[in-house]
Amino acid sequence: MIGATHYVALSLILMCIGLVGVMVRRNFITVLMSLELMFNAVNLNLIAFSFRLGDLTGQVLAIFVITIAAAEAAIGLGLIIALVRLKDTVALEEADEMGG
Amino acid sequence: MEYLIANFSAILFYLVAVLAVAGAVGVVTLRSPVHAAVALLETFIMVAILFVLRHAEFLAAVQVLVYAGGIMVLYLFVIMLVRITDLGPGTVFLSGLAPLAILGGVVLGCLIAIGILLGSMAAGASGADAMTMIGGETVGNTEAVGWVLYMKYLVPFEVVSVVLLVAMIGAIVFGRRDAALAGAGEEVEP
Repeated sequence: MIGATHYVALSLILMCIGLVGVMVRRNFITVLMSLELMFNAVNLNLIAFSFRLGDLTGQVLAIFVITIAAAEAAIGLGLIIALVRLKDTVALEEADEMGG
Repeated sequence: MEYLIANFSAILFYLVAVLAVAGAVGVVTLRSPVHAAVALLETFIMVAILFVLRHAEFLAAVQVLVYAGGIMVLYLFVIMLVRITDLGPGTVFLSGLAPLAILGGVVLGCLIAIGILLGSMAAGASGADAMTMIGGETVGNTEAVGWVLYMKYLVPFEVVSVVLLVAMIGAIVFGRRDAALAGAGEEVEP
């Protein structure tokens, strides 16, 4: 019997993989894709609990998360294009103008 | 065969879950950006299948249309546009923390296994009926989600539309040639 636990475990695994991708890879494209993975993990969690509790609020929240993910993708890809125009690379350590 | 029919949903879940995790690992490890994008697409579709298994049919359709159809095409456009063919492993950030990370991963894996074991023992209640109901009336999942969205969450819905507008303006500003030149400290033609 597949319950909410299995979905939460899968969601946790996907979230961890996404987090590792954001932290250890140093090119912008992979970081953005890992962010999308983390959004998907959140959605999976919301859907699992929506089903478990018999409440549609989780599904509505997932729609909002998808919307924010789309906005994030648009901004992030715009940033990639600006970075490539400026530095001709997608490596994140090249973008160090602010001394970070 | 009897076993297969009796446990079809469980087998399907494990199969799809393994494929989703494999796609996710591919996104993080693959060197070619196009291959990573295709792995991400695979994960999106597997997550859509999991949505269907949890009676979120409308969200599964949205997942395929918006993620697999919209966002992935956007990613592929940009990958083709910037002509980066090798993302490269490079020197990995935080590589000194690798042993600690492996230890943490093992502990987390044990906790997940215990959680799944305990969760399997508990009787899994479900609210499958509530996914397709408005009031006491049975309708489709899309109709039910729409009802909740527009009756209870109308204000957040409107706020999200403003967020999308801001994102659109931001993307246009970042995409302008002037923005990159101004960042490089060059003279911008009026």
